[in-house]
Amino acid sequence: MAEESKDACDANKAVEVIKMQKTSDMAEMEVGPLIQVKVLFFARARELTGLTDISLLMPPRSTARDCMSKLLNKFPKLEEIYNSMVVALNEEYAPESTVLRNSDELAIIPPISGG
Amino acid sequence: MAAEGGEATEDLIEILEASPTPIDLARYVNHVRDPAAGAIATFEGTTRDTFEGKRVLELRYEAYVPMALRRLRAICSAARAAWPLRRLAVAHRLGTVPVGEASVFTAASAVHRADALEACRFLIDEVKASVPIWKKEVYANGEVWKENREFLQRRNALASSSCCCATKVVMDDDAAADAAAVTAADDGGSGADKEEFPAV
Repeated sequence: MAEESKDACDANKAVEVIKMQKTSDMAEMEVGPLIQVKVLFFARARELTGLTDISLLMPPRSTARDCMSKLLNKFPKLEEIYNSMVVALNEEYAPESTVLRNSDELAIIPPISGG
Repeated sequence: MAAEGGEATEDLIEILEASPTPIDLARYVNHVRDPAAGAIATFEGTTRDTFEGKRVLELRYEAYVPMALRRLRAICSAARAAWPLRRLAVAHRLGTVPVGEASVFTAASAVHRADALEACRFLIDEVKASVPIWKKEVYANGEVWKENREFLQRRNALASSSCCCATKVVMDDDAAADAAAVTAADDGGSGADKEEFPAV
């Protein structure tokens, strides 16, 4: 690619990034500030993270899945149970697509074994 | 102990915090005893000493207590929607449960034994499938978190948006009428033709 085209490419990319930031700023202004979500770890999840719970700040309209992604980033060992766990939101099982709200309580539920 | 009454305080649901004291089985049996009941059915889940040839020393239980109580309440409601019952009781112990002792106890009373037996079975099956309680099996040379097969089978339903709602018991109309007339002597039990167990 010629030098000038590359500069034009970079400039376009920069403009796109600025546009996206503006959009997300506007989105943030429209739907509110970051939301705080408390995550509880049980059984194997607690062993893998070393924590019983953690408080996360998430962008507004984050989903439970977004939260899980953030947790996997912070605690890569959670990969071990990612495919067998389910999540609970405010003490009820919930799909990962559920949109979170401020002060929600998310629980990581590894495969259960009561009884 | 964390306790929760059921509908109109008919049901006794308890999650017992860690303690060396065994479950007081009589307490739960007495709770479901009812002058109108012709049958009390109970189930006791006990720690066994062997798993796949390995010697088990003890089981250790933990729970997401508030949600577990919520699930147990929902399970009792589902049982009531599916069978004509008098009273229900469920107790689950947390902490260390030595070999031979009970970790879970379910009891159901009903006018007729088929309903009591089926409801009692349903209660323990649902505990296994959906109540957030975990156990660690401890051996001489290691320990492992157990995973209930019932949960793994139920997992997709739990994680989907359509679960945990209305019961799905399908009862054939004739069977429902027969159920009302049948006596305890009739081995056909309630005669109910349930196509699916209630989804809780």
